[in-house]
Amino acid sequence: MFNFQTTLGQAEFENPIFTASGCAGSGKELSQFFELNQLGAVVTKSIMLKARSGRATPRMAETPSGMLNSIGLQGPGIDLFLENDVPWLRDQGATIVVSIAGESVEDYAVLARKLRAVPGISALEVNISCPNVENRGQVFACHPETARAAIESVRRNIGGELPIIAKLTPDVTSIVEIAKEVVAAGADGLALINTVLGMVIDTNTMRPKLAGKTGGLSGPAIRPIAVRAVYQVHAAMPHVKILGMGGISSGQDAFELILAGASAVSVGTASFGNPMAAMKIKEELRNELISHGFDSLREAVGYAHRSEGGN
Amino acid sequence: MMGINSNAKQVIAEIVSNKKVGAYHHMVFAVGDIANAAKPGNFVAISVGGESSQLVLRRAFAIYRTFDRGASGGLLEIVVAPHGAGSTWLANQQPGVKIDLIAPLGTAFGIPTEPVRALLVGGGYGSAPLFGLSDVLKNRGCRVDMVIGASTAMKIYAPLDGKRSVSSLTITTEDGSTGKTGKVTDVLREIITSNEIDIVYSCGPMGMLEAINNITEEFNLVHQCSIEESMACGIGVCMTCVLPIKGEDGQIRMLRSCIDGPVVAGESVIWSAKRTIPEGTWGAH
Repeated sequence: MFNFQTTLGQAEFENPIFTASGCAGSGKELSQFFELNQLGAVVTKSIMLKARSGRATPRMAETPSGMLNSIGLQGPGIDLFLENDVPWLRDQGATIVVSIAGESVEDYAVLARKLRAVPGISALEVNISCPNVENRGQVFACHPETARAAIESVRRNIGGELPIIAKLTPDVTSIVEIAKEVVAAGADGLALINTVLGMVIDTNTMRPKLAGKTGGLSGPAIRPIAVRAVYQVHAAMPHVKILGMGGISSGQDAFELILAGASAVSVGTASFGNPMAAMKIKEELRNELISHGFDSLREAVGYAHRSEGGN
Repeated sequence: MMGINSNAKQVIAEIVSNKKVGAYHHMVFAVGDIANAAKPGNFVAISVGGESSQLVLRRAFAIYRTFDRGASGGLLEIVVAPHGAGSTWLANQQPGVKIDLIAPLGTAFGIPTEPVRALLVGGGYGSAPLFGLSDVLKNRGCRVDMVIGASTAMKIYAPLDGKRSVSSLTITTEDGSTGKTGKVTDVLREIITSNEIDIVYSCGPMGMLEAINNITEEFNLVHQCSIEESMACGIGVCMTCVLPIKGEDGQIRMLRSCIDGPVVAGESVIWSAKRTIPEGTWGAH
């Protein structure tokens, strides 16, 4: 009997296929196409303290095998989210991972306090790829000190047993260095990778295509960057669980990230092109693992790291 | 709770026909049951480029019309303007090819309960969904006048059976190659006045919709328009296709044109915002 179960920190999941934050809203839209309890977890769109309108449009530009987005974390704010979205997800029987984002170290603390007693949440994803308004808009995840401060802030306030998964950007000189800092600060797991900063210039208007000028690149175009980041971090800290993501659109893609060291994977941009992508990837990954002779997902995690001369 | 897009289904649909009409392609797909669920104004999101495509996002097309063919299944028709890589790929696909599509998506044109005098205004291939709307309005006893405008004759989409479905059809082209020379907005005031129009429906480029809305506000007419903003998913998850819309509570919100649109009340759109976040928008700070 093939075992598809996985863990991130202390949290256990029936299967390793999650949505990616920002690529599934809070699940309602995708629930028209499949039952959310079939996912390992729904990772909700990063939620902030207050309601946010997000950025001006255009917010999107398609690129070769990918897309740029600059949404600006549009959302209802934590209070309405807890009132509407979490109860709805619980009613669906979904496994819930809540993604949070802050503009200051204190924001992360307040968000953690609001979430710590909420029933039915399996883990917290801490999106630290946001501008820090207290530090000239520098992104938390780009500097070891601010990445550490944001995660420490959540750790101190979350209490209990809710695992913290720190989501990191690949736009750094050494992702391993940042990963070590956030683990030392109390992260139980790592989400790798966030989008890669990019830009498209419209050759008709001869200006940046996005209103926000730069945007996050996602989709198959960034998959090799994700594989590299997961591989490097797993090599440095094999005991730290990784939620891998970045352009996964098939079971084979998911298998690649698992071989690199991911214990679970998030499906993001692929769901924009195909709302059934996560379900398709789940079946394909199971077949991929079985056809390679694995009896469980766990055996395959980090298998690409085995010593020379191994099978 | 009512689900979002509760009638939408993802289907693999065979192309039944693909004919070049002027600058456009009229394409027909065998879609089964979902033909019944589609209403004028709804759209379809289509995967483009085939299995190994580097185009990762679907393309959205207004549904031109649908037919229920009983046992042989429903048909869904669209009009494609091949200009980008995705629409060009689709326009080049031949009958027999199977296409991954999701429909019906988004809001539909509101249909008055009383027989009214309606004016339908289309820009370019934006006229396509108006013909299906015209049929529905005529069945409700409405008088339907139509205006279609484009830069040039090749870009006017007005099939013969469509022309027959309206009481009057006025065509405008900017280069004067057919119909009256000028823009649709040059002829609207006269038609609104002489035909005592009660309601205006429109579909086309955003600039045209805004210009039409200025006129409908002048005459204090109800205006329903089909808006557009660059869209990644078409099903409401990505939050890219938003625009500022004022709700009945007076609050401006950045709403998704795929879920809260494409058909919206013209008066609710903050046209002056032009791809900015207007002051006072919910969550703006």
